[in-house]
Amino acid sequence: MNNDLKLKDLYTKFRDPNTIKSYAKLITQEALKLPSELNIMEVCGGHTHTIMKYGLKQLLPKNINFIHGPGCPVCVMPKERIDHAIALANQSDVILVTLGDMIKVPGSCETLQDARANGADVRFVYSPMDCIKIANENKDKTIIFFSIGFETTTPMTSALINQVINKDIKNILFHINHITVPEPMRVLLDDDTNKIDAFIGPAHVSVISGSKIYDEFPLKYKKPVVVSGFEPVDVMQSVLMIIKQINQNRCEVEVEYSRSVTKDGNITAQKLNDKFFEKRDHFRWRGIGDIPNSSFKLKDEFKYLDAEVIYAKFLPTKKIDDHKLCICGDILKGKANPKDCKVFGKTCTPSNPLGSCMVSSEGACAAYYKYGDIL
Amino acid sequence: MCLSIPSKVTKIDKNTNIATVNTMGINRDASLDLMEEGIVNIGDYVLLHVGFIINKIDEEDALLSLETFKNILEQMDEDELKQTIKDSDNCQNE
Repeated sequence: MNNDLKLKDLYTKFRDPNTIKSYAKLITQEALKLPSELNIMEVCGGHTHTIMKYGLKQLLPKNINFIHGPGCPVCVMPKERIDHAIALANQSDVILVTLGDMIKVPGSCETLQDARANGADVRFVYSPMDCIKIANENKDKTIIFFSIGFETTTPMTSALINQVINKDIKNILFHINHITVPEPMRVLLDDDTNKIDAFIGPAHVSVISGSKIYDEFPLKYKKPVVVSGFEPVDVMQSVLMIIKQINQNRCEVEVEYSRSVTKDGNITAQKLNDKFFEKRDHFRWRGIGDIPNSSFKLKDEFKYLDAEVIYAKFLPTKKIDDHKLCICGDILKGKANPKDCKVFGKTCTPSNPLGSCMVSSEGACAAYYKYGDIL
Repeated sequence: MCLSIPSKVTKIDKNTNIATVNTMGINRDASLDLMEEGIVNIGDYVLLHVGFIINKIDEEDALLSLETFKNILEQMDEDELKQTIKDSDNCQNE
């Protein structure tokens, strides 16, 4: 088997233009049997990026629409959490470390990039594990890892916590901002004005959590879910699978991305998360508002590692709403399209973003700006 | 943020629990801390996410997908495929 599959096959064969176009033909044939227009929400920003980059919408019949979902962790991070990061970075004994995606996200007044320009020690790393090297090289400083991301990125923070404890590293703390996917999906469906008929489920969230986390959506909400890989052929195949479910009166969780996703996911990663984290009662999502049980915090027994507890008196508590001209909230809820926004591409651009959907490369506005307002 | 890169394992250091993986010609270190002990072997295809291996890619399943794609392409009559490709190349923006 090893000799048959080549590494490049995992890229090129799943991006092959002729295969994409063949799927477009099959989708067009199958879509003729649809009883009505079909609105598919791709939950994850990675899929939005693929749809825009490869022009997939243009290949589909007019009765198939994509609704872009809230699955961009940078986009949904509320300004007050960014303000926390900046307040921590401004402490003289602190080196604030986070992943590169956070660099340009505006808080209430400034970004981490601005804070760094003003003298704060802010470092952007490729991997959470890079914190250990920074901690060893700066023993007189406290390293605070500002952790972000959905289920995909949570276990990497857990692995770092595990190393910090096992190696008895004294100068690394954590500010935890990990969030989860099913809860916002539920919030969107509980809104009676939603237009979602089916979901394309996230790829790498599902590698960690397994496809079982979506079981409630066909059962309780009667919405099919197809877990899809991020390559364009994956997305086209997933669209076809959704249409077939509807035409055959089926409503279930299916996994298109079966080369990487199982029903149960990565149990080792899940166990590591369970060791350190528990759900917060409340977490405010930018643009969406409070979603109960949708994020993680450190368990009480690990409070001694929690920067949110240790530096509590320095952290602002004021909730900050989005700019009044920004419609990121409606975009994140799938109720508006970036083109509906008055400031899109004018006063709000990737180099000077007003709203969070323009900041992250996975944000719907950034994808529209980069690949053209063509959807 | 959630993107992961298909890679091939070329070396495993059991002492540090770190693998070396080939990602499109570039060698990188990747932690095995999120994988069950002994499950990842040299030659395996894996997904790499922010410095960690998060799963093994099921080769048999991937090959089955490639076979499906091949069949779909073959099923379409050659002229029909040419027409489909021509049509979609001419596709107008909405």
